[in-house]
Amino acid sequence: MNKRILIVDDEPNIVISLEFLMMREGHEVRVARDGEAGLAAVRTHRPDLVVLDVMMPKLDGFAVLEAVRADPGLAGTRILMLTAKGREAEQNKGLALGADAYMSKPFSTRDLVDKVKELLDRT
Amino acid sequence: MINGPLIIGISFAYLGLLFAVAYWADRRAEQGRSVIARPTIYALSLAVYCTAWTFYGSVGRATENGLGFLPIYLGPTLMTLLWGSLLLKMVRVSKAERITSIADFIASRYGKSQLLGGLVTIIAVIGVVPYIALQLKAIAWSFTILSHYPEVRMPVHGNGPFWGDTAFVVALLLAAFTILFGTRHLDASERHEGLVAAIAFESIVKLLAFLAMGLFITFGLLGLGGPALPPIEDSPLLLPLLEPSISPFADWFAISLLAGLAVMLLPRQFQVAVVENSDERHLRRAIWLFPLYLLLINLFVVPIAIAGLLTFPDGTVNADTFMLTLPIVFEQPWLALLVYIGGLSAATGMVIVETIALSTMVSNDLILPALLRRWRRRPPAADLGRLLLTIRRGAIVVILLLGFLYYWLAGEAYALVGIGLISFVAVAQFAPAVIGGLYWRGGTREGALAGLSAGFLVWIYTLLLPSFAKSGWLPRAFMESGLGGFDLLAPMALFGLSGWNEITHGLFWSLTANIGAFLFVSSLRAPNAAEASQAGIFVDASRRTALASAPLWRGSAEIAELMRLAERFLGSVRTRAAFVQYARSRGVDSPEALPADAETVYFAETLLSGAIGGASARVMVASVTDEEPLGLDEVLNILDEASQIRAYSRQLEQKSQALEAATEELRAANIRLQDLDRMKDDFISSVTHELRTPLSSIRAFSEILFDDPDIDFEQRRRFLGILVSETERLSRLVNQVLDLAKIESGHADWRTEVVELQTVIHQAVSATEQYVEERGCRVHLDLPDESAMVWGDRDRIVQVLVNLLSNAAKFAPTGSGEVWIRLSPADAVWRVCVEDNGYGIPESDLELVFEKFHQTARGGAKPGGTGLGLPISRRIIDNLGGRIWAESTPGKGATLCFELPAHPGNPTDRRPDHEPNHE
Repeated sequence: MNKRILIVDDEPNIVISLEFLMMREGHEVRVARDGEAGLAAVRTHRPDLVVLDVMMPKLDGFAVLEAVRADPGLAGTRILMLTAKGREAEQNKGLALGADAYMSKPFSTRDLVDKVKELLDRT
Repeated sequence: MINGPLIIGISFAYLGLLFAVAYWADRRAEQGRSVIARPTIYALSLAVYCTAWTFYGSVGRATENGLGFLPIYLGPTLMTLLWGSLLLKMVRVSKAERITSIADFIASRYGKSQLLGGLVTIIAVIGVVPYIALQLKAIAWSFTILSHYPEVRMPVHGNGPFWGDTAFVVALLLAAFTILFGTRHLDASERHEGLVAAIAFESIVKLLAFLAMGLFITFGLLGLGGPALPPIEDSPLLLPLLEPSISPFADWFAISLLAGLAVMLLPRQFQVAVVENSDERHLRRAIWLFPLYLLLINLFVVPIAIAGLLTFPDGTVNADTFMLTLPIVFEQPWLALLVYIGGLSAATGMVIVETIALSTMVSNDLILPALLRRWRRRPPAADLGRLLLTIRRGAIVVILLLGFLYYWLAGEAYALVGIGLISFVAVAQFAPAVIGGLYWRGGTREGALAGLSAGFLVWIYTLLLPSFAKSGWLPRAFMESGLGGFDLLAPMALFGLSGWNEITHGLFWSLTANIGAFLFVSSLRAPNAAEASQAGIFVDASRRTALASAPLWRGSAEIAELMRLAERFLGSVRTRAAFVQYARSRGVDSPEALPADAETVYFAETLLSGAIGGASARVMVASVTDEEPLGLDEVLNILDEASQIRAYSRQLEQKSQALEAATEELRAANIRLQDLDRMKDDFISSVTHELRTPLSSIRAFSEILFDDPDIDFEQRRRFLGILVSETERLSRLVNQVLDLAKIESGHADWRTEVVELQTVIHQAVSATEQYVEERGCRVHLDLPDESAMVWGDRDRIVQVLVNLLSNAAKFAPTGSGEVWIRLSPADAVWRVCVEDNGYGIPESDLELVFEKFHQTARGGAKPGGTGLGLPISRRIIDNLGGRIWAESTPGKGATLCFELPAHPGNPTDRRPDHEPNHE
């Protein structure tokens, strides 16, 4: 059950916590600090799941999501959106663009771990 | 061949002819084919202005002072320019109100005041009777001179008893003629058609006579036949005629003004121009035809004057008689007779019309009010109409006899010879009340009374009494040194005003007193209900084509009573006819069915006004009705609904414009509010977002630590460190949001103190020392020796500096960071710049860094700040009257600078502990 996880977020402390959680579950974790780097990492490393923040410098999460979904080669990539913007409209937008799940900050670590597990099990 | 009986015969024949003209015109009028309903007849009737004083006197005046006779005709000519408004208003008002005379006009204007009507009448009688005397004299003299044909002999005054004097006979004859024409009906406001026709006819006769005489003399002067006149020499007598001048100008102006007023205000002129006017459209022709007439009748004045002076160089012949003596001396009997008839026309026309006008005023405004007072105690006879006619006829006889008496007593005296213009000044006193009343609503009864009285008294003092003195009836010393010997009160040079002729002087002072008193007394109180109501009718006359008869009356009345009242003055036949016609105009079958409302009462009052004048009519109607007094407010409310509606609609328009403007403002305000609301939403959303971020970390690590007790010590310690710093970040964020809100809402407390920037900079440097050291940064200070003093809040300035310093340290490369703080003076300000050697700020972001929650990731790293530091700094510096900005060369670091106004003066003096000790 060893999966590749990509964490794209510009908040260092959140990245640390996410990294710790994913690694504890036994996944292989990579980190990107902004949207551009995140998209590049998706293309090169082909992660099974991306934990994607919305508000980021250079390219925001929605743009990264769109780009990934537009690429047929990346069709199997599951994307979990994570955002501090908790409005419903944002959530709907993310789901409409093809996000597999949407969680708002601050998040429950247990829920997050469960959600990641669920998404990875769907394969 | 010319002898007394012939002249008498011709005179009677001429008067008979006049009578025939008048009779014919009356008959035509009864058949509905009025002759006077023609504008030309109206214009010719106005020429009653040219009296014997014009006919004979113009030549006399010309021999004395050249063109000095002209302003008397120039003034009326100029005044016709104003007739389109002034006279039109007078005619309209008079028709609507059935005005019978100038006294009635003025009385009506100021609330139908009997007292005012009486005063105007007295002034008119005193002012005009001597003028009538002058006409009687002209007729008598011309008769006497002509009867001596072919001899030229000046008449001698006053030998023999008065009943043998020609003038006496003339006065009686004219009285009879006037009674025959002027008082056939009682209703004075009904036009005297025959009379007007006769006057117009006389105007033609006197003009023809003058032109014939003028042509005859001019042909002689030009050597084209006619009389053999001596050649024109450079005689000093001829000087004013051969080298005419219009100096002094003041006199020309004054006399023009005087004559211009007289042509409307003389009782006879008011009679023909206003009362006898049958159609206001006639004014249009009169405006050019009347001045043309004046031009023609003055055309030959100068040649005749020259011929007279050449023919009678020794001065034994009175220049006023040249018109008559010239044809006699050149043995032209028919021309002499024609001139005599012309002069007779001029004199009789004036006397008849003037006497009718005066008698109407005397009976309506002097005698009737007195009778009314008596009737209050004792009921009057049934047929008042006949009584009134008798009064009016009596007044005619008395006025003419007064005229004769004045002529008889004054004779050759200056008081008669010079009376023409003096009379004019007397009637000019009506001008402020009349003209002011037509254009100004503020005039009051007391104002008009005061103005008229003041003007009239000054007239007596500066013109009438001096003319008596010149005639030898008063000591001449009075003229020179004034009342009680005060030179300042000298009647001919009042208050030291000298250098003008007596008429100019008298006109100036009397009108000054008159206008001054009129305006001053009128200003003492607001017009009352009656005055305001009349003011509306008079002032608005030109605006309304058909005068709305705005009846301002409330009370109860009985039609039968009103009719009985009218019958007593007008007789039952005429009253019945008038009421029946009125009833029909209101759509009612019979007068008895008329509603006894304000309009009917107004009709009855106007009907009576035509007979007894407005003031008396009001009193009479009030005696049979039960009037409730109207308050001024009510009057003003009813008075001019149209103008109120106009005012309302104007107000409405203004209000709707104001409303539109307000709507526009509201819309703008709403847009501003929406913007603010959006900004607030954005702010809250930004704040929540910023709060969620540290909260996420806190929650995540708390849960990790809680769930997993087996985490090794290092990890645990690291996570707890993150928890602490995120908590700190959270509380810093909360504090800054609150701080910003406080500054923005204006609730922040600002201290104002003198702050030395060097001190503040050192304070900020030590506050950030630890953080700067952690970042491995070095701080360089570049401060001047001179203390940099500014006004401000020390703590706030420290706050800004700490912010800039920690920002610089944050963005400087870790380990090799360099931060410079520079302080320098600039134009009246101190400038502080904080420079780092980090990645710099892109040019597009130089302003954005001061926006809330705008965080630029410099060099790819996310800064750890709240995103509120610079916005708060900007607000602080703005508040202290300075400015803050960012400069950057991307890649080579950023510089953030602020300036604060320098504190003037030597700052050390202001420190209390450095103050000089005075002990």
